[in-house]
Amino acid sequence: MSLFINLTLNGVTNGMIFAAVALGLVFIWRATHIVNFGQGSMAMFTTYLAVTLLDRQVNYWLAFAAALVAGLVMGAVVETVLIRPLRGKPALNPVIVTLGLFILLEGMAGSIFGIGNRSFPPAFSQAGLTFGHTKVAFSHFDVFILVAVVVLMLGTLVLFRATSLGLRMRAAAFAPEVARLLGVRVGRILTLGWALAAVAGSLAGLLVAPTVSFSPNFMDLVLVYAFTAAVLGGLDSPVGALVGGLVTGLALSYVGGYLGSSLEPLGALAILMVVLSARPEGLFSRPEPRRV
Amino acid sequence: MLDVEDLSVSYGAVRALQGVTFQAQDGSVTAVLGANGAGKTTLLRTVSGLVKQRSGTVSYDGEKLTGLSVENIVRLGISHVPEGRGVIEELTVDENLRLGTLWQFNRGHRRSVLDEIYDLFPPLAERRSRMASTLSGGERQMLAIGRALSSKPKLLLLDEPSLGLAPMVTAQIMAMVQRLARETRLTVVLVEQNVRSALSIAEEAVVINLGRVVVADRAATVAADTQLRHHYLGF
Repeated sequence: MSLFINLTLNGVTNGMIFAAVALGLVFIWRATHIVNFGQGSMAMFTTYLAVTLLDRQVNYWLAFAAALVAGLVMGAVVETVLIRPLRGKPALNPVIVTLGLFILLEGMAGSIFGIGNRSFPPAFSQAGLTFGHTKVAFSHFDVFILVAVVVLMLGTLVLFRATSLGLRMRAAAFAPEVARLLGVRVGRILTLGWALAAVAGSLAGLLVAPTVSFSPNFMDLVLVYAFTAAVLGGLDSPVGALVGGLVTGLALSYVGGYLGSSLEPLGALAILMVVLSARPEGLFSRPEPRRV
Repeated sequence: MLDVEDLSVSYGAVRALQGVTFQAQDGSVTAVLGANGAGKTTLLRTVSGLVKQRSGTVSYDGEKLTGLSVENIVRLGISHVPEGRGVIEELTVDENLRLGTLWQFNRGHRRSVLDEIYDLFPPLAERRSRMASTLSGGERQMLAIGRALSSKPKLLLLDEPSLGLAPMVTAQIMAMVQRLARETRLTVVLVEQNVRSALSIAEEAVVINLGRVVVADRAATVAADTQLRHHYLGF
C-alpha cells in the first residue's frame, strides 16, 4: 500500500512537470501548428544559464527568474529568426528546423557548459515529508513543483479567458486571416505564443534539474513524455496538457514502480499508440473547425 | 472616396484582375457584379491587403493602401466582411464583436460601442454570451457586419452578404446596409451574385468579367440596359 501511495505521489509530481512542458507544446501548436522538438533543449539551455549564475553566487530566486526571462527572449528570437521564414512552406520544413535546433542547442550546451553530469540545487528540501509515523516520497520541493505548475496553469487560464490579449491569441489561433482583418497583429501574437511556450519550458527545466543528474540531454526524456501527454490531452488544449500530463505521469510511475524503471519509455510509447489508434485528436481537442 | 486605379492581380500564371479602375463615393453603395470567377472577391481581398497586386494602386481619401499590411489598412478605417462571413465559431458573440474594437478604443469606450451594435442588431444582444457556432445564417451575417462596424469604419467591404440566406433576411440586410451608408456617410463596396437585390440598393455599379471592368456606371443605368444584363448578369 505504501508503495502505491509513493508511486502515486511521484506520478503526480512528474505529471505536473510533463504538463508544464506539454503546455508549451500546446501554445506553439495552437499558434503555428508546429511541434517544437527543440522545446526540451531550449529549457535545458536556460536551466544551464541559471546554474551558471548560481555558480557565481547569484541569489537563487534571481537566477530562477533570469532563466524564465531568458526563456521568454529565446522563444521570441527562435520564432522570429527560424520559424517565421517558414510560413507557407511545406509542413516538413519546421519539423527539420526544430530538430536541428534541438541538436544545435545540445551541442552548444556541451561545448559551453561541459557534457559532464552535475547537480542543480533544489529550492526547498528534497527530504520526504512525514505523516504520523510514515515517511512518504513527497518533499517540500515536490510541493513547490505542484504550486509552481498550478500557478502557471491558472495564469494561462486567466490570460486566455479574461484578458483582451488572450482573446487576440485565441482569435489568431482559430482564424488567423479573420483576426488580421479585425486588426489583430497576428505575427506578433505568434511570436508571443512561442515566447510564453519557452517560459513554461524553462520553468519545467528548473523544476526537473534538481531531481536528476543534470547534463545537456536531461530534458530529452521529459520532452518525450510531455509530447505523449500533449497528444493524449489533444495538442491544442491547455486543459488537455494538464490532464494528459497527470495521466502520463501516474501511468509511467506505476509502470516504473511495479514493472521496472527501464520500461517507462515503452509505457509512453504504449500510451501514444493507444491514443493515436483510438482517439487521434486527443481527449480535449476541439473538433476540426467547420467553415460555412 | 475609394480610388482603384489600373489594378492588376495574378495568381501564378492566372490573371485574376487586369487594369481594374473605378471609384466608390462616400455615403453610397457601389455594387461589384459579375459571374463566378470574374474576380470580385479578389478585388476586395486586394483592397484590404490580403492579396498583393501585381501593378496599379488602391487609395482611400488620397492615402495609398497598396503596400500596407492588412492590420494597418484596418487602422485606416477599412472593414472587410469576407465571403462565408468569417465569424469565429469558437468565440462567443460578444468576443467576436469585441475583437473588432480592440485596436482602437479603451475599455470604457469599447462597452458603449458594443452597446450601439447590440441596439442595431437586437437578436445579437439576446445571444451575446452564446458561441457563434450556435447562430443561424442570418444571425451570423449580422454578427459579421456588426463586428465590421464595431471599429467605426469609413469604408465597408461586403463580400456576398446574401450567400445562403433566405430572401426575407437578404432584404433586411440590404435595407440596413443602405440605411447605414446614407445615415453615417459610410462608403460601401458590395460584391454580390444576387444582382437584383444589389442593384436595388446601390447608387453605382461596376460589372466585371474575366478580371476586366466591362462597365462602371449609375446602378439605374446598368439595371436598365437589357443587353448588358443578359450578357454579363444572367437576367
